[in-house]
Amino acid sequence: MAWQKVCPLEEIPLLGARVVEHRGERIAVFRAEGDTVFALRDACPHLGGPLSQGIVSGSGENARVTCPLHGWNIGLASGEACAPDEGCARHYPTRLASGEVWLEL
Amino acid sequence: MRKQRLVMVGNGMAGMKTIEEILKHAPDVFDITVFGAEPHGNYNRILLSPVLAGEMTLADIMLNDLDWYSANGITLHAGRKVVEVDRVRRVVRSEDGTEEGYDRLLLATGSNPFIPPVPGRELEGVIAYRDIADTETMIEAACNYRHAVVIGGGLLGLEAANGLILRGMEVTVVHLGEWIMERQLDRPAAEMLQASLEAKGMRFRLGAQTEALLPAADDPAGRVAAVRLAGGETIAADLVVMSAGIRPNTALAESARLHCDRGIVVTDTMQTVTDPRIYAVGECVSHRGVAYGLVAPLFDQARVCANHLAGFGIGRYEGSVTSTKLKVTGVDVFSAGDFMGAEDCDNIVLHDRAGGRYKKLVLKDDRLIGAVMVGDTSDGSWYFQLVREGRNIAAMRDQLMFGQSFAQSQLGDAGHQGQNQAALLPDSAEVCGCNGVCKGTIVKAIKEKGLFSLDEVRKHTKASSSCGSCTGLVEQILASTVGGAYQAVDKHAKPVCGCTDHTHAEVRAAIREHKLLSIPAVMKALDWKTPNGCATCRPALNYYLVSTWPHEAEDDPQSRFINERAHANIQKDGTYSVVPRMWGGLTTPAELRAIADAAEKYQVPTVKVTGGQRIDLLGVKKDDLPAIWADLGKAGMVSGHAYGKSLRTVKTCVGAEHCRFGTQHSMRTGVNLEKMLFGMWSPHKVKLAVSGCPRNCAESGIKDVGVIGVDSGFEIYVAGNGGIKTEVAQFLCKVATEEDVKEMTGAFLQLYREEGFYLERTCHYVERVGLDYVKRLVVEDADSRRELHERLLYALKDAPDPWAEQQVQPLARHYKTIQIHDLSGESSHGMAESVSA
Repeated sequence: MAWQKVCPLEEIPLLGARVVEHRGERIAVFRAEGDTVFALRDACPHLGGPLSQGIVSGSGENARVTCPLHGWNIGLASGEACAPDEGCARHYPTRLASGEVWLEL
Repeated sequence: MRKQRLVMVGNGMAGMKTIEEILKHAPDVFDITVFGAEPHGNYNRILLSPVLAGEMTLADIMLNDLDWYSANGITLHAGRKVVEVDRVRRVVRSEDGTEEGYDRLLLATGSNPFIPPVPGRELEGVIAYRDIADTETMIEAACNYRHAVVIGGGLLGLEAANGLILRGMEVTVVHLGEWIMERQLDRPAAEMLQASLEAKGMRFRLGAQTEALLPAADDPAGRVAAVRLAGGETIAADLVVMSAGIRPNTALAESARLHCDRGIVVTDTMQTVTDPRIYAVGECVSHRGVAYGLVAPLFDQARVCANHLAGFGIGRYEGSVTSTKLKVTGVDVFSAGDFMGAEDCDNIVLHDRAGGRYKKLVLKDDRLIGAVMVGDTSDGSWYFQLVREGRNIAAMRDQLMFGQSFAQSQLGDAGHQGQNQAALLPDSAEVCGCNGVCKGTIVKAIKEKGLFSLDEVRKHTKASSSCGSCTGLVEQILASTVGGAYQAVDKHAKPVCGCTDHTHAEVRAAIREHKLLSIPAVMKALDWKTPNGCATCRPALNYYLVSTWPHEAEDDPQSRFINERAHANIQKDGTYSVVPRMWGGLTTPAELRAIADAAEKYQVPTVKVTGGQRIDLLGVKKDDLPAIWADLGKAGMVSGHAYGKSLRTVKTCVGAEHCRFGTQHSMRTGVNLEKMLFGMWSPHKVKLAVSGCPRNCAESGIKDVGVIGVDSGFEIYVAGNGGIKTEVAQFLCKVATEEDVKEMTGAFLQLYREEGFYLERTCHYVERVGLDYVKRLVVEDADSRRELHERLLYALKDAPDPWAEQQVQPLARHYKTIQIHDLSGESSHGMAESVSA
């Protein structure tokens, strides 16, 4: 596990995401309300939809992304699907320092 | 800030629905305490009859068990009856002396059974039918005794009688009225119902007054043994169930000197008229002089009450039209609205005595105001919806009697195999063809999870949550499973989503009237409950903004579905499909060459011709999108918008240009229409077609706008649909020239753009407002038509090619995957290289 620099914050659209590829793994890095940054494996627990392409809403603990394929809502802080759906996308720690987004991989 | 204290008296369905709604909308506002006289959590009282009948167990009907209360931080005093409300000190006190102070008090004390004042009513074995304890008493009696009498042939009485018969008792129903269920059924329906209940072994005494309940001669203080009717007849009875109606339980409210008049009198915000700190919901309430005893209106009250307590202050309860369904397996009875009808009403009646079918529809001024059905009730929820919406049914009056699938084939929700009789389907029947959901799965979820609304069923089972074509069928299953608790909602009167209480129409009006120009401005002006909306409301708001204030409102890409944000169509594996525009379906060798080159260069795995006469390049990686667009752009091609709620394609036949039958130049007209409409965003996708003669090779009859050339001009058809449910377009008008076609088409589409709700296709929009209305504004009124058309042209002026727009930085960079490579020997604090372009 090591912290890796990803990109400057402004490279991620607000309420949007960018895809990061590391050792063949695709990771969605989200910029939610208030410039909080979250990272999840870019695959919905339902049928593997690319979460990075979903609509981001909510804030803080309630920030979530709606999967573009079938509309599951996934909590960004935990990776857990919102009830009544069940499932979890792998979650990665993030941090923001001097305007740069970092990811622990 | 100290939380406010909310105390609720009563632990039934209406009260707990209110609490659940408060927890959903404003979880942090209140410390909540609940007093319940019964020792249980909250259960689904409506399903006591199936429990009695042995079709469900008590565990099946629990809605909130005791753990739920603690998990939600609610203090529950179960089994403690509140006996005093001190409005001065704002304290409630229970029988055992427990006191709780309140800032807001919610009374949900329900109702008490009415026990007729007959001698012997205090004997053992005489009970009412209201709660779990009564149900258990009945089940026990059925094990030990043989004869039962139910006094009262209303809904609940018949359900009780049915349950007791199924548990092996001999049951007689004693009823004062001339026919059973007279508050829900007319005489022919009641007689038919009675016949089918008699076939199950139920016996009836109608027009019969109970004179006394008699104990056994050798045990005058013991158990009931018989019922004596006026006139002298006695009927053996080891169990007597009193089911002669209910009375609002207002004792506590009256003792607190709150105004009561056949119920606790409340305002439209569910506050008592005496003390605005005190709210009341449920069967204990009298609203505008009406006390409701069915669950659906009580849930409406609960929603309004919760909304007000949560501080939103928008909702008002304005009364409900109710419907009834008898929960006796194998006997289908439904009634809604004014089923008797006054002199100025018309009745349509089908009465097949031998076949066991009766159906009466009551109409007044071309509106359905009531319905009664026995035998086949599969269309009940549809009729009920028509009653509630008060929709003008003149156009389908002839077919109304034959049900939804006959009368309203254009609604498109009869299921993917055209099934419309949910009750007759086996559990294994697939209802939702998109998500593979069977009837049994839906019924199980409804029962186990206590679901009451279509939205809840969609969330839990996914049935009807994709294409929506089985919505009607799912609603029927819901209606037949929960019975009277189900109330179809008018989808246009529903809030846009959980983020707001406003409807689509209200949001649109506010954007127009207050000239709101951005999503944050709309959310601020309309008190959105969430910081930035959700995936349902944001795309709708974005469309309303850009369509109402073109060139002025802010278009927010992050509030558009990915397809409109990435200007390509997302596929199941996360790749995209790219469709360049081919005006009118025409192309050139040069364009085809460019497409072929692009397909090879970007290793496009699938190249396909679409239904709209275009070429689809499927399987393009997102990283490659800007580059493939640039290559296609160099050959003169622009975005085909095959991904958006927007103008899709204008399909054409070859027409008079080449065809020996062609009467008009359909290719030219189609190309010109498509160029006029380029870049048009709309509530939903829009497809057009132009055919050069009535042979109609371009399939104009199933398009949002279909043009058919004839020798003397063009016929224009609107609101067709070839998709989910095939919908034949309706004739709008006939015009002489291509210029007329363009103006008429533009005006119609602009009207749809201005008034259609987000995700409403033209066929649903026209169904909602009526073709006559459209004709008035588009065909008959030339000024209106010209203005609509001009507004469309203004909105589409200088419409950009989104593919070209995306070529500039930093937009193009956002399509790129950021690669992170581990550097060997790098220290653990991780100075890895980041590449972001």
